Amino acid sequence: MSTIQPVRRKSPWPAWARRGLMENIATAIIAIGFLMLFQPIALSLYTYSFITMLTGTVMFIIVSKFPE
Amino acid sequence: MLNRTADNVARATPEPLAKKIRGISDKGLAWLFISPTILLLLAINIFPLFWAIYLSFTNYRANRPNDVVKNLGFANYKRILGDQDIWIAMQTTAHFVFWTILLQTVIGFTLAWLIDRKFRGHAFWTTIILVPMMLSPAVVGNFWRFLYEPQIGLFSYVVSFVTGIPPTNVQMLSNVEMAPWAIIIVDTWMWTPYVMLICLAGLRSIPEYIYEAAEVDRASNWRQFWSITLPMALPFIMLAVLFRGIENFKMFDMVNLLTGGGPGSTTEVASITLKRQAFESWRTGYSSAFAIILFVAVFGLANIYVKALNKVKQR
Repeated sequence: MSTIQPVRRKSPWPAWARRGLMENIATAIIAIGFLMLFQPIALSLYTYSFITMLTGTVMFIIVSKFPE
Repeated sequence: MLNRTADNVARATPEPLAKKIRGISDKGLAWLFISPTILLLLAINIFPLFWAIYLSFTNYRANRPNDVVKNLGFANYKRILGDQDIWIAMQTTAHFVFWTILLQTVIGFTLAWLIDRKFRGHAFWTTIILVPMMLSPAVVGNFWRFLYEPQIGLFSYVVSFVTGIPPTNVQMLSNVEMAPWAIIIVDTWMWTPYVMLICLAGLRSIPEYIYEAAEVDRASNWRQFWSITLPMALPFIMLAVLFRGIENFKMFDMVNLLTGGGPGSTTEVASITLKRQAFESWRTGYSSAFAIILFVAVFGLANIYVKALNKVKQR
């Protein structure tokens, strides 16, 4: 008896832009921004923390709509 | 009986209203029911947010409503992100968040692990442990103020009994070095039960057969803890850490009641600085920009929180 395997169609969406990976990158950017906001080492890192967090957050909102 | 009631209601409905209702689709009816909530959310959540974003680009002062409002562009943001005092307030917040989360996670997980043993009277002790979490922060702040009193406070007497230091010298709230720890102790006391509850849910979700298999393989209790209990409860611990992180980052009530940001500015966390700028210096535009920066930080953390939540759901 043979089992018929369903044929999987290849998604046209590029593999590097899948949701899982991109969400991880966005999460990492948010986390880096958060650390920059709180660190006591350099004022310049604190200055750029907001833009880093904002980039990560906006990126997260966008990539969470990408296909898995 | 039910049909008769429905008929009576239908008959009692005024004809014009009945005609209107009959004409609405299921989808329309759903929208009709949720529209008051949506309107309320728009009025009390969404509109103030957009208004704060608008104000953050201006020099508006709430105590001078008749002054001309100038558009400053990103000047408020630039000033905040280059301000040494606000940077120090952020570090104070980080110190507070780090220690509260560390203590709450360690104590909360230990308590959950002990409660999960299901000893005699474990339900009673679970209820007792959960009591601090159910109290209002305003009540907790006020009664801990009394507990910390050097003259009459119970805390000072306990510390004095253990260490031998006279109780009048145990100045928890007015000592520069001890004041941050005073707040950390209160927050840990209040919110450890919450972390315990989440960890307990994680521990209870571990199937018993995994431990039975480990027993068959002669794994020691220590080995079982490191290889089964901790990895399987980790998503729940992460969830508790993130949730407490978000909450403690916004912490205001407890700090305001216990120290008000003092002595000096040693316990001035970000939310206290924000309140001082907004309602003592009346720099509404500036404080709106600061609030937006804090909002983005919390929103970013909330995204990570949702992601962690989805991972836990998938288990």
